[in-house]
Amino acid sequence: MEHIVIIGNGIAGVTAARHIRKLSDKKITIVSAESEYFFSRTALMYVYMGHMKFEHTQPYENHFWKKNRIDLVRGYVTKVNTKEKSLHIDGAPDLNYDKLIIATGSKPNKFGWPGQDLDGVQGLYSKQDLDLLEENAPNNKVCKRAVIVGGGLIGIELAEMLRTRDIPVTFLVREPSFWNNILPNRDSEMINEHIREHHIDLRLGVSLKEIHPDENGRVKSVTLAGTGEEIDCNLVGLTAGVTPNIDFLKDSGIELGRGVKVNRFLETNVEDVYAIGDCAEQQEAIGNRRAVEAVWYTGRMMGETLAQTICGNRMEYKPGHWFNSAKFLDIEYQTYGWVFPEPRKKESETHFHWRHPKEKRCITIAFDNDSETVLGINTFGIRLRHEVFDRWLSEKRTVDFVMEHLRDASFDPEFYKNFESDIVSKYNADFGKSINLKKKNLKRIFKIA
Amino acid sequence: MSTYNKSMALTGEPPRSLSIGQKIAVLLGLSGLGILLLAVFNTSFPNKTLWLTLSLSAIGIGTIWFSWDAYSQKIPGIKNDGVWFRSISSRGLWGWVAGLALTGFYIVLYFYPEYLGLVSDGENKGVIGLFDPLSKFLNGNPASQWFVYGTLYTVAILAFGIKFIWKYRHNRYERLRTWSVMFFQTAFAFIIPELMARLNGHKILDGGSLPYYDLKNIWPLNYYNFEGYRIKMFLSSGEIGFAFLIFGILSIFVITPILTYKYGKRWYCSWVCGCGGLAETAGDSFRQLSDKSTFAWKVERWVVHSVVVFVTLMTTAVIYSYLGTDTSKYWLTKSSFLIGVAVLLTLVFGWAMIFKRDQLQKDAKYGAIGYFVIIIALIGFHFFSGEGEVFLFKSGTLRKSYSFLIGSIFSGVIGTGFYPIFGSRVWCRFGCPMAAILGFQQKLFSRFRITTNGGQCISCGNCSTYCEMGIDVRAYAQKGENIVRASCVGCGICSAVCPRGVLKLENGPLEGRIDSNQVLLGNDVDLMNLVNKK
Repeated sequence: MEHIVIIGNGIAGVTAARHIRKLSDKKITIVSAESEYFFSRTALMYVYMGHMKFEHTQPYENHFWKKNRIDLVRGYVTKVNTKEKSLHIDGAPDLNYDKLIIATGSKPNKFGWPGQDLDGVQGLYSKQDLDLLEENAPNNKVCKRAVIVGGGLIGIELAEMLRTRDIPVTFLVREPSFWNNILPNRDSEMINEHIREHHIDLRLGVSLKEIHPDENGRVKSVTLAGTGEEIDCNLVGLTAGVTPNIDFLKDSGIELGRGVKVNRFLETNVEDVYAIGDCAEQQEAIGNRRAVEAVWYTGRMMGETLAQTICGNRMEYKPGHWFNSAKFLDIEYQTYGWVFPEPRKKESETHFHWRHPKEKRCITIAFDNDSETVLGINTFGIRLRHEVFDRWLSEKRTVDFVMEHLRDASFDPEFYKNFESDIVSKYNADFGKSINLKKKNLKRIFKIA
Repeated sequence: MSTYNKSMALTGEPPRSLSIGQKIAVLLGLSGLGILLLAVFNTSFPNKTLWLTLSLSAIGIGTIWFSWDAYSQKIPGIKNDGVWFRSISSRGLWGWVAGLALTGFYIVLYFYPEYLGLVSDGENKGVIGLFDPLSKFLNGNPASQWFVYGTLYTVAILAFGIKFIWKYRHNRYERLRTWSVMFFQTAFAFIIPELMARLNGHKILDGGSLPYYDLKNIWPLNYYNFEGYRIKMFLSSGEIGFAFLIFGILSIFVITPILTYKYGKRWYCSWVCGCGGLAETAGDSFRQLSDKSTFAWKVERWVVHSVVVFVTLMTTAVIYSYLGTDTSKYWLTKSSFLIGVAVLLTLVFGWAMIFKRDQLQKDAKYGAIGYFVIIIALIGFHFFSGEGEVFLFKSGTLRKSYSFLIGSIFSGVIGTGFYPIFGSRVWCRFGCPMAAILGFQQKLFSRFRITTNGGQCISCGNCSTYCEMGIDVRAYAQKGENIVRASCVGCGICSAVCPRGVLKLENGPLEGRIDSNQVLLGNDVDLMNLVNKK
């Protein structure tokens, strides 16, 4: 029986394992150093906040793995021998494989800041990071102030987490506005306001210079670049992005760049070795996507695709329309298609923006100047129906069409106040149009003739 | 490993402690309960009206003040910080203390009301005596233990309802739903039946007396609705009484199926029902304690459907016991009634087995066949054995056992007493025959579903954790499958706590209602077509 070994029990590896099991009878082994069972990484924040216990983050009951004949090995893979097709594992006996899937995810970026390895300086990615955070910042007596470095999705999550324990937070964002290497200015501006509304000391356009230790080698303070201001703190959160977790592959002969280099079939340069998820780096770009995509959804999609290849139906990885979501404190964010921020935006891309006069809700639609085809949408505080918007993107609908049918795309709970008519009148005013909003239609939404 | 300790604070968010306002609010609420407790031990209060008013106001205002202090200063949004750190809401010491206290209260209420001061032939004493003025004001009679219970129940739903509304003030579905349960409890369960009691003996009832009737309390939840004494009272009360009787029958056979088809069982379970009302308001702090395992689900299916069989048998036997045998006196006789029951059950069974069998799990089919055979055999037994006792048991014995086991122990002592241990919907999930019947229809014949939003699920588990019915919502959402479960009461909390906007409760076409996918939206279209072909 062919033995498939998967290194990493995150969403990518586990999805691959589940789908291989559905399609075949192969022997499957998952090796993980991080945790005994698969858990949802994105949910770790809720454990610290007290919304959930750690076991709630595990999507499958413990008996699931045995029932589906997926062997779990706890240990850290230190060496991959691709000639003998074997793994050397710290904490478990060596394993031989017939096919190897590398799905080891990421690790937090460190940019060589002085003091970045002190006690009390940490990232937030793994279960171990969460446990460490409980030690470093159990409450606001032990941790009188935290400084977070890096204005991305993990940074704002860490800020939210610490605020639930009333720990004062200084949030250093290198960019002139929060996450505005991804978000257009007006979207980003609203999030800035919301961060400050939560009593987080947001410092825009500010970088870290140095982290200072106390006499015990624990963090005591940080100095900022430029002003040289010193801020006393007991925790420094390094959240300036992540990088593929592939150090253990250095001498394996597997071609590495930033991540494990893969072709469109998720194959590496070595036969029978594949890489998926955060740690995979595409050799050729796929549309507007980045070569390394550290996103939950892409990890899952690569797992779904690779299972086909492993089970005899060699399949290219061809993800559909880009989508993503996040929650910035109390504001939900969804995006479908591409809405580029101003610096990366093409000349031909025009943005329509609407923002609620009082509440923290807004929407930005990107469309092509000439054809008026919709390129993408960002919504904040408004939920959209994935299926409907995905369909509109495939059908290359115009912005007029989208405006007219906006109610079909709403996914807000029943009885919610809807803002479609406000949005459409702003659109009409901005672009001199006279679009009439259509009523919501279940037949159109569910594609029933 | 985690280093936090569970706080002993009742409601604080470790390491946050209660604010001064909240401490005073707790003190105020406890002093209201203290007055009731003093009354239990027969402290005589000079002015009962005044002290009862003080007590209930203190409880109500204490709760509301506490909630105001907790939520008013915060930005609208999900307020679950520290839920699993607090002793009361995470099965810690205070959870067990509260569970034991509530359980004890129910045991006294159901089985030893004399300890609460109930005196059947004379002036009430104790805490029941304290409620006499209010009871006399509303219905003209002295209070009973049920009046005391009903009043406290209503105060709890109103005070904790306001708390819930503040907690979810960003969510209009939750606000409206909570106003609805508060209204139905206050008007239908509490005030209207009490006022109706004043009409007893009045000429508009032809001098008859109506039974105590909470109109929204539908058979089989209201398992005694068609008992002999109630039928007599309905029929003694002229056209109004007759109309009530007809309404009771229409409620379960006509109104319920129509509304459940259109909106799912939520129209009842989380918008109208009193048991649901208490669970959603006072029980909200305990919703996360429900068991999500597949084992618990299996137990749930067997237990709740067994209760349906039990209540059907019991009610059939009770109605049978008071019907006559002479067709010339009244068209409905013992035999025609039993045949009617058999026909109805056969129709429902046949419909499910023929048209919906692909939606039933294997054990559901076995269970349904088994129970169907038993009931029909028992009814057949009646006809072959001549005029004997139906169902081998005396109807009185069935009635008493049901009332004790299900009506008191299950719905009260376990169902509510164990809120802080098993979560707020233990009764609704494992015991309520009404919920089971509505659920059966919701699963097989309803427009309601919780739609999963394409591929947006991140498997975080908030939805499953906060599902009071113990549904593993995530198991469906992460597969891109809509949630169509018999037990879902449509409280909407899964959708509210979802950080990525994945879940939406909605009523839509039956076609493609479940829509299960192996590969989720967002991936390669060819792959999706390949794998998802049905």
